[in-house]
Amino acid sequence: MTDPTRIRNFSIIAHIDHGKSTLADRLLEYTGAVAERDMREQLLDTMDIERERGITIKANAVRLEYRAANGETYTLNLIDTPGHVDFSYEVSRSLDACEGALLLVDAAQGVEAQTLANAYLAIDNGLEIIPVVNKIDLPSAEPERVSAELLGILGGDPNDVIYVSAKSGTGIEQLLEAIVDRLPPPGGVAESPLRAMVFDSYYDTYRGVVCSIRVVDGEINSGEALRFMATDLSDAADEIGVLLPGATPVTRLGRGEVGYLITGVKEIDLIRVGDTVTDAATSADAPLPGYQEPKPMVFSGLFPADGDDFERLREALDKLRLNDSSLVYQPETSRALGFGFRCGFLGLLHMEIVRERLEREYDLDLVATAPSVEYRAHLTDGSTVQVRSPQDLPDAQVLADISEPFVKVMVITPSEYVGTVMELIQQRRGEMGEMTYLTPERVELHYQVPLAEIVFDFFDQLKSRTRGYASMDYEPGDYRRSDLVRVNILLNGVPVDAFSSIVHKERAYRYGRAMVERLRRLIPRQLFDVPVQAAVGSRIIARETIKAQRKDVTAKCYGGDITRKRKLLERQKEGKRRMKMVGQVEVPQEAFISALRIDE
Amino acid sequence: MSDPGALDAAAGERAAYIHIPFCHRRCPYCDFAVVDLGEQPTSFDRYITALEIEISMEPEWCPLKAVNLGGGTPSVLSPEQVGRVLRSLDDSFGLLPGAEVSIEANPEDWTEQHATELRRVGINRVSLGVQSFDPSVLASLGRVHDRATVVDAVRNAHRAGYDVVNLDLIFGTPVESMASWQDTVAAAIGLDPNHLSAYALTVELGTALSRAVRNGAPGPDEDDLADKYEHLVAAVGDRLAHYEVSNWAEPGRECRYNLTTWGQGEYLGFGLGAHGHRDGVRTRNVRRLDVYLRRIEEGVSPEAGREAMGEWERERERVYLGLRLRAGVETGEAGAALLASPAGQRLLAAGVVELHGDRLLVAQPLLTDAVAREVLALDPFD
Ligand SMILES: Nc1nc2c(ncn2[C@@H]2O[C@H](COP(=O)(O)OP(=O)(O)O)[C@@H](O)[C@H]2O)c(=O)[nH]1
Ligand SMILES: C[S@@+](CC[C@H](N)C(=O)[O-])C[C@H]1O[C@@H](n2cnc3c(N)ncnc32)[C@H](O)[C@@H]1O
Repeated sequence: MTDPTRIRNFSIIAHIDHGKSTLADRLLEYTGAVAERDMREQLLDTMDIERERGITIKANAVRLEYRAANGETYTLNLIDTPGHVDFSYEVSRSLDACEGALLLVDAAQGVEAQTLANAYLAIDNGLEIIPVVNKIDLPSAEPERVSAELLGILGGDPNDVIYVSAKSGTGIEQLLEAIVDRLPPPGGVAESPLRAMVFDSYYDTYRGVVCSIRVVDGEINSGEALRFMATDLSDAADEIGVLLPGATPVTRLGRGEVGYLITGVKEIDLIRVGDTVTDAATSADAPLPGYQEPKPMVFSGLFPADGDDFERLREALDKLRLNDSSLVYQPETSRALGFGFRCGFLGLLHMEIVRERLEREYDLDLVATAPSVEYRAHLTDGSTVQVRSPQDLPDAQVLADISEPFVKVMVITPSEYVGTVMELIQQRRGEMGEMTYLTPERVELHYQVPLAEIVFDFFDQLKSRTRGYASMDYEPGDYRRSDLVRVNILLNGVPVDAFSSIVHKERAYRYGRAMVERLRRLIPRQLFDVPVQAAVGSRIIARETIKAQRKDVTAKCYGGDITRKRKLLERQKEGKRRMKMVGQVEVPQEAFISALRIDE
Repeated sequence: MSDPGALDAAAGERAAYIHIPFCHRRCPYCDFAVVDLGEQPTSFDRYITALEIEISMEPEWCPLKAVNLGGGTPSVLSPEQVGRVLRSLDDSFGLLPGAEVSIEANPEDWTEQHATELRRVGINRVSLGVQSFDPSVLASLGRVHDRATVVDAVRNAHRAGYDVVNLDLIFGTPVESMASWQDTVAAAIGLDPNHLSAYALTVELGTALSRAVRNGAPGPDEDDLADKYEHLVAAVGDRLAHYEVSNWAEPGRECRYNLTTWGQGEYLGFGLGAHGHRDGVRTRNVRRLDVYLRRIEEGVSPEAGREAMGEWERERERVYLGLRLRAGVETGEAGAALLASPAGQRLLAAGVVELHGDRLLVAQPLLTDAVAREVLALDPFD
């Protein structure tokens, strides 16, 4: 067990590519934790998709031993945080496990919204922040400007800023000294029943669920009977240990220490990030604050392109969930798409990651319906219904009104784009909040925007309209009543549930128009004219016609080559078999995918 | 109106297809087995000798009622070379009296002398690759003849005493306007052929046309093709009987070789890439000239693949092939299965197929493949 006064728990808050991983590598190297070449593999999660996207989803913790200038040896626990807004709950739990954070900013880029959002989160959690300017070796580096930005946000003295080059190692020692000097040691009560927070968990095929924990009060001993307070699950601590960064079992973790815990639990569901572990015998009176149920924000129907794959999809989702307790799903039936699942995701990125993994790792061909948020339908009888799918919207006769989730959006942009950003926000039905000049050139803007307007292509639009200079972050806000309607799309008079959508009244026409035009292009001509209509209630707001097919014959002399001709016809037939029948209309898979693709 | 019974009877006759792959230039839309003489000068005699050997290797069979020399461009051969091929067919199998002996010819090859000499060695039907009468369309199809050449060629065929003169037309070339097509149709009818074939320009994989379309050039348009087809049907009217999707003829002058293929009849195939159908087995030859010649010269069969079908597959094939005929096909088991299937019911309801007594037919020939696909998907116990 380590003397708590010699422990420093901290994480690194940084925008993607600002050098978090490189800095972590350097810290490991400097403190002699690992041989250089092993570092990346060790510290970061190795899932392909995460790597490709340049983010780490699952936080993790590494223990470093540092002999400081004062001659004492300190235990530094570097706790990794996920870098994306979709995972802000996980971020805040990881921050909860720390007393301090390094706010790392690229000297050539400056502060970005996500960094700032996480920095605010850290400040709100009472963390001590050390501003760090990285990449000072770059010719384009502007350390003074970036440092001024940081101080504008954090306040404090210019001398507080540490300048490093994670690449070359410049400034690493000053940084380690600052961690020891400026970050407080962990608090907590030693003589008290165990309370440890689970700040991360993942599923390992051999070991079952592995939790990352931070001991707040008391101590945890190997073999001890434990209780997870939120889920009221009891099990023994089969193994506890620390990551050096290789997993090293220990017999005990004391107050302020960080490590991993393995119990007999095999289902990730049963162990929740943010939960408190206590010892079953003496049991703490109350859990640590901050725990929340994982809350999906975005919903989408996932359907196997081939109806026969439904069971495979179920199995794949079950397997994915072992590793991702924030993924929720329940069976859903669509008239157009058959059997599938309505899935809830933390956000759009999460949704894409899940879909990609299902397709790539489980070899499934999926059709995903347009993402939707969770609306609340207020009925005339005073009751409220959750609406996660447009089909769930109650009939107009019983519907009083609808409210939708809003989010608090923060945008950081160069001041020249303020007008552009405001215009975009306005188009997205956003309400302007505070506006702060970080420096004369950079502005921090706050808005309330309907989540539905964000989940589509808001981020891409923001990026393209500001030439990539603006960055954004958002957090959940409240529900507000809005003038929303459901637009139904009818193919040959038959409503196609997969294409219907809840949209703001003023957007209904545009959505309907765009959809019918797209479908007319995407659906091949049939044996008869097929009307494609968009309707709100019984009112048709847009209409196109897919003209009947006129020619479907090989009008060519193909000599005696009957076999090839037959094979061609059979291949075409096979292609048709993969189409979905909507009423009498054959709709190719691609039509679903492309029509639901979000592009304006 | 062609007599359905007479058409069906052709299926029981034996035929042979001879492939002559040589062309002075390859047309941009063509995916047949072709040897471009510009790129690969070849001795015709060596090829003809190979054909003779291949024919002599074929086991004994019935005498033939139809022979078709297709290409490529068979009209580049000398009458003497064509004569050798016909003689060797006659030696091996026998040519029945009144047999149809047809050749595909490029108009520019069809001089009076050539026509006459070919007639003398036994050819009695000619299929002229006219394609269009519009210079800009011909140019875009890579053709070198002009309207006058076609007029001469038809006259030459008549003078030489051919029983059947067929004109091949292609419609729907992207540069072809409706007016241009109307003019081509009028000109073709004006030449009073007793057989007419009109093909929709088809973008075949691996052709220059297909590459151009992939790179953004316009391809044939469905509505344009349908309009032009409908115009042709109306313009020909009763002058010739519309007996197959793409073919019109004076009754009794229908192409017997083609009727054999659509009627699931049997035929021998000789030469590069040739297809045959004998004893219930479909075969195809190699498509590379050097391979073909080497195989033959080593006494090995040039067959590249074969397909034997089960009973039900054959029954389905009978129906889907037969549906190309305007007179339709005997309903039989597969026809009945189609009518009993939901898809068949839809096609019936939409008026695409019709039942006339014991014959099933496609009433909208432009949708024939839509029906064929359903037939091919039928299971025996549906
Ligand atoms: N020149 C320079 N490049 C750096 C420095 N630190 C990181 N980088 C580079 O910046 C890029 C992103 O770094 P990485 O550590 O992967 O960023 P992360 O996304 O925050 O983990 C990589 O190409 C690094 O090599 C630095 O101090 N100087
Ligand atoms: C074997 S080909 C041509 C023989 C001869 N060399 C000629 O050009 O007339 C027979 C006929 O098929 C038709 N044809 C060939 N390729 C075609 C295509 N891609 N689309 C439509 N018709 C085609 C043409 O009308 C052609 O005359």
